[in-house]
Amino acid sequence: MELTSTVFTAKAIYVGVIFAITLGVAAYSTYFERIFAAFFQDRVGPDRAGPFGILQPLADAVKMFMKEDFIPANSSKWLFILGPCLSMFTALMTSAVIPFGDTIDLGNGVKFDLQGIDVNIGILWVFGIVSLGVYGILVGGWASNNKYSLLGAIRAASQNISYELAMGLSIISILMMTGSLSTKAIVEAQQNGHWNILYQPVGFILFIICAFAECNRTPFDLPECETELIGGYHTEYSSMKLGFYLFAEYINMFVSGAVMATLYFGGYDYPFYETVVNSFGENVANLIGFGALIGKALFFVFVFMWVRWTLPRFRYDQLMNLGWTGLIPIAMFNVVWTGLIILLPAEFNLSSWASIGVAIAGIPVLIVGLFIYHSIAGGKKKKTALAR
Amino acid sequence: MLSEFGYILLFIITAIVFTAVILFVAKLLRPNRPNVEKLTTYESGEEPDGNANVRFNIRFYVIALLFVLFDLELVFLFPWATVFGNETLNNSTDGLWGWFAIVEMFIFVGILILGLAYAWIKGHLDWVRPEVQEPQFKSPVPISKYEAINKKYS
Amino acid sequence: MQFWYFLTALTLISALMVVLSKNPIHSVLYLVFTFFCISGHYVLLNAQFLMAVNIIVYAGAIMVLFLFVIMMLDLRRNSPDSKTNLTKLAGAVVGGTVLVIFIAATRKINLGTGADNAFYNSQTGMVENLGQILYRNYLLPFELVSILFFVAMVGAVMLGKREAGERNF
Repeated sequence: MELTSTVFTAKAIYVGVIFAITLGVAAYSTYFERIFAAFFQDRVGPDRAGPFGILQPLADAVKMFMKEDFIPANSSKWLFILGPCLSMFTALMTSAVIPFGDTIDLGNGVKFDLQGIDVNIGILWVFGIVSLGVYGILVGGWASNNKYSLLGAIRAASQNISYELAMGLSIISILMMTGSLSTKAIVEAQQNGHWNILYQPVGFILFIICAFAECNRTPFDLPECETELIGGYHTEYSSMKLGFYLFAEYINMFVSGAVMATLYFGGYDYPFYETVVNSFGENVANLIGFGALIGKALFFVFVFMWVRWTLPRFRYDQLMNLGWTGLIPIAMFNVVWTGLIILLPAEFNLSSWASIGVAIAGIPVLIVGLFIYHSIAGGKKKKTALAR
Repeated sequence: MLSEFGYILLFIITAIVFTAVILFVAKLLRPNRPNVEKLTTYESGEEPDGNANVRFNIRFYVIALLFVLFDLELVFLFPWATVFGNETLNNSTDGLWGWFAIVEMFIFVGILILGLAYAWIKGHLDWVRPEVQEPQFKSPVPISKYEAINKKYS
Repeated sequence: MQFWYFLTALTLISALMVVLSKNPIHSVLYLVFTFFCISGHYVLLNAQFLMAVNIIVYAGAIMVLFLFVIMMLDLRRNSPDSKTNLTKLAGAVVGGTVLVIFIAATRKINLGTGADNAFYNSQTGMVENLGQILYRNYLLPFELVSILFFVAMVGAVMLGKREAGERNF
């Protein structure tokens, strides 16, 4: 009983720490987003609240709390409140299955996993929660009873469900490499530098594009594209409810960064792990692993911001075409090619270097295939255009 | 394993409590002075015209239907991915199992790709493109003047 | 065991609310919640893959489709008062018949005294075991499923035909 209660307390503390980290990172990514925006656009950026404007997120939070909040008279009140809550809730839930680190020895023989839950279906949990992310936006947008909100919500929902498919297919090629759905097993299969990015370059590109679309980030931020839809699904929102929507977006960015690090970049794996274990002990080494995962996730958050200030927004027909006629066929090709990556070296008894070779050979094959398709389809399009 | 799901419950409860507490605190702190103007629907400063029960494009509905079908396909692929690289099966069939598994999946996915191709050819995946309108306005200032200015300040 | 009673009560209440609530959107959201409770039941049965699939397919995909369809309807016009007595009667007859069929079907089931340990395997619901059975013993049904999906896809495309002169967003 004593042992379970220690583990339970540790887990409760862990849950609190994970929430604090995600929220803290989300709050400060708003600050860094503005700093980076200022840098890319040759401006100064926030510099009033505290040194270098470091207290800006706090000031924003106070503003969110103090602003008046109104619920439009025509809206359905409870759904209007439920929408942002659902968004926030789904954003917070994904981090439960991400393995943030290896085990920590708490003394007395108690081992503690730096992971919320290690379940057999870890990656399916992530996928399920991502598919629920639609509800927050759809409910909020509908409840506002505003045309812009409704259109934004419908756009967001269609975009999310379209890109979910390609995302699922790229997850499947990861699972083929590992043979298990548990996130912990996926990370353990990648230890000592066998990162999945080496075997799955196409899958990673697909996944990161889908992650952008799922988080509604530029270039896929059509649901809230202000030139067409004012504020999109959160046109009518104000105060803390608007804050929830914005916050959920930043939490999603961080969590999807962590998921990408887990699936493709070895999770908490880092070089020279053995040396650190030998000189400082396992606990220190595993805590550094925790830091390594957070660092990788933060790098992806930076990529999210970098892309935001580099690429313009898609048009809606381009977005749906990319999702359905671009990414899904490529993802299916990737699944088949992953089969070859696994089977060919096994057939001829070659080392893992051969797998990497096959994986890289997939890229030119894909490019040639796309080129041939484009020349055929492009020729047809030209003909029909001329016929008109 | 079941106790692991107990921790999921812990996560869920913490997340719900967190959102509820934040909303409640915000409700205590903020002022509340509603009036009719504030509570109207925002429509770019105009009087709102009707309510938002607009009919939207039926394509969204077709996309959702296609999504359900492909999602089911994904669900079938997940258990397949776990048995595909199975060591014991591979060794007992002398490496043939992997090829067999990939062929059976290829047939399954191939039939679905046929469906996607059908929807594609029928034009259900094409969205309305904006029509670019060339401006008909003729400026009285000759083009060469503009070019001269551009050259001067470039 | 106490948790099971709690979960069951929650499932039943939310399922009842699906039927009783007047706003269709509320109904859909209660239905999503019901699916969550059912997923909880799957967890208690240690059928983890089914739990995840239930969330992904039912809560994540089919309910989104339902929401789309309901949002397309004009809710103001379809208020509950507009139903005639005939529809109410027909609904009562259909529902009552289904109830009778369910009772008749479950009347003779012998629930037994509990899990039979000789045949009970707690790992049956794991995704690896499911894959082993599905892709070795039931290969033909699995391939036939893809034909079913194909037919459904063609049907969806046929449904989505646009009529000339339709105006919408």
